[in-house]
Amino acid sequence: MKLKNSISAAVLAFLVAGPALAQQPLKIGMVTTLSGPGGYLGQDVRDAFNLAIELEGGKLGGAPVQLLVEDDALKPGQAKEIAERFMKTEKIKLLTGIIFSNVAGATVPDILDNGGIYVSPNAGPSNFAGKECHKNYFVVSWQNDTLHESAGQNATNLGYKKAMVLAPNYQAGKDAIAGFKRFFKGDVVGEIYTRLDQTDFAAEMAQIRAAKPEVVFQFHPGGLGIAFMRQYAQAGLLTEVPMVVAAPSLDAVILKAIGDAALGVNISSHWNSDFDNASSKKFVAEFQKKYNRMPTYYASQGYDTALAIAAALKATGGKVEDTNAFSAAMRKADFQSVRGAFKFGPNQHPINDWHALKVEKGADGQLGIVTKGKVLEAHSDFYAKSCKI
Amino acid sequence: MSLLMEQALNGVQLGVTLFLLAAGLTLIFGIMGVINLAHGSLYMIGAYAMAAVAAKTGSFLLAFPAGLAAAGIAGVLMEYLVVRRLYARDHLDQVLATFGLILFFNQLTTILFGRQPLFVEIPDFLEGSVMIGGIVRYPVYRLAMIAVGLATAIGLYVLIARTRLGMLIRAGATNREMVRALGVDIRLLYTLLFGVGAMLAGLAGVMAGPILSVQVGMGEQVLILTFVVVVIGGIGSVRGAFIGALAVGMVDTMLRAYLPGVLRQLMAGPDADALAAGLSAMGVYMLMAIVLLVKPQGLAPAHG
Repeated sequence: MKLKNSISAAVLAFLVAGPALAQQPLKIGMVTTLSGPGGYLGQDVRDAFNLAIELEGGKLGGAPVQLLVEDDALKPGQAKEIAERFMKTEKIKLLTGIIFSNVAGATVPDILDNGGIYVSPNAGPSNFAGKECHKNYFVVSWQNDTLHESAGQNATNLGYKKAMVLAPNYQAGKDAIAGFKRFFKGDVVGEIYTRLDQTDFAAEMAQIRAAKPEVVFQFHPGGLGIAFMRQYAQAGLLTEVPMVVAAPSLDAVILKAIGDAALGVNISSHWNSDFDNASSKKFVAEFQKKYNRMPTYYASQGYDTALAIAAALKATGGKVEDTNAFSAAMRKADFQSVRGAFKFGPNQHPINDWHALKVEKGADGQLGIVTKGKVLEAHSDFYAKSCKI
Repeated sequence: MSLLMEQALNGVQLGVTLFLLAAGLTLIFGIMGVINLAHGSLYMIGAYAMAAVAAKTGSFLLAFPAGLAAAGIAGVLMEYLVVRRLYARDHLDQVLATFGLILFFNQLTTILFGRQPLFVEIPDFLEGSVMIGGIVRYPVYRLAMIAVGLATAIGLYVLIARTRLGMLIRAGATNREMVRALGVDIRLLYTLLFGVGAMLAGLAGVMAGPILSVQVGMGEQVLILTFVVVVIGGIGSVRGAFIGALAVGMVDTMLRAYLPGVLRQLMAGPDADALAAGLSAMGVYMLMAIVLLVKPQGLAPAHG
């Protein structure tokens, strides 16, 4: 009797659980950097991604989703472990979130080899953009080099002939310098590689002063950028040598942390908070309403990533199990990006317009990043041609 | 010539900052036998307290002592609540517990202040740069850092060599058991010492605030270099920490400044720059290895 009861209970449980399982929300795994000096980058990506889910009422593209977020602490090994756990124990197929290229370098191949799909909201290292491109690997942000190619073009447009370049000694730093040099038509009088954990740049400042360049290009994301910009201004260099940077070296957070020291710096970016399109306006307003701070461009990428995934989910009816169908839907990029028009290139990295921005004081005396004009139009990346998908 | 002098000043400035951190760490390690990984957290607490008070009051003169006090109090509490239980345990337990403290302090700071780095302004009277001897222009704030660091070094020397407390500290470093046997309240001495070490770390954090970015995890960035200084100088020796800090500051700065130029004579530009970056990053560790090889006790060991 007892046995019979428990069997029927089990059958009943199975019958009840069956439909319940079908209604389970789709899990999306986010491996991102939330602690340490790069912490605010991941935070902005996460918060903007969540905002997109919330604005759709807990869904993306009509499918209920659940976002699982874990902190990689900027450690490639840790990110790899998290991704493995997401895929093995949580059975997650769709992953996103990685900020730093060195973390992506260790984690992304694993995800793809295990049949997962990865959509990058930030890192776009060169080694995955060319020959190593993959049909299940999408980058919504940019290919690393293109950020800095836009800075190189910007420096050329501004008429500078002698540049000094500085970047940290890691994959994205090397991509930065390669990208800048590819589009800068003048002479590069010095290349300095800093360290990713460096806090004091006094020695580099003295070298810049000695080399007397017309312009300095530097790539120092997050906290590095704050220390670099501040020390640049304190060394009195800001008034002597103008600076051209790409978006990561001067985002809304860095601007707030360095204040007047940023005045007059030339930036090039694919998005800015003053963009005049409906999607961007809605995003900036909602983000400020919810989180009470200015979104950085990292946030815009997190939001765009969520929208891109939403569009693909809508096309596949909320399913990711058939990765081929999902990838095909992703490739169409049928969503309203905050950048305006959005298209993937042949290597599934975006084709972006790049804009010249400048730090200026507004009428109210507040520092702001103001869009000035276009630097490059419908710009694809250098590696796209060697990608065969 | 002016470039060399400027780089030398940069080296001294990096050195004295490291000294402030290393002095506290070496005292705590040498005398109490505790490896305090959370020393960097005290540095962060000093910087955050200073940044918070400066933002509230707009006064650097209030923010400065506030940062010191916060780090000192945090240090005393840390000793009283956690580290005191670890004296008798082995180093592994100490590392584990103080590593836990790092996670605790980082998370607490994230909850209190968020992940966005804080802005700290340089006080008006330290703004700008001055000509030194008519050859080199140098930021006033960095000169002030050097001055404060050197003054602290002298103060520590007087404290350790000339006062009764210093005598007890030296005695404790040489023979802990004997000091206890002579009836000195070693617990109080330890708490006091921990507080002093914490305050020195706080001082380093307060001074670094306006030139670096005040953010969660800033302590761990300097911790490794601080350990290198302690090992080079000789564990437990404040004099050693001073020598070690200046050596590390100087070697690191000079390699970063001049190695690319030297290598550029030998090979193509980009290759030289990349190689120089790698070599100069290794520089201080090679220095440590050489010192350990020649003088395993460090440059100025405490237990002569």
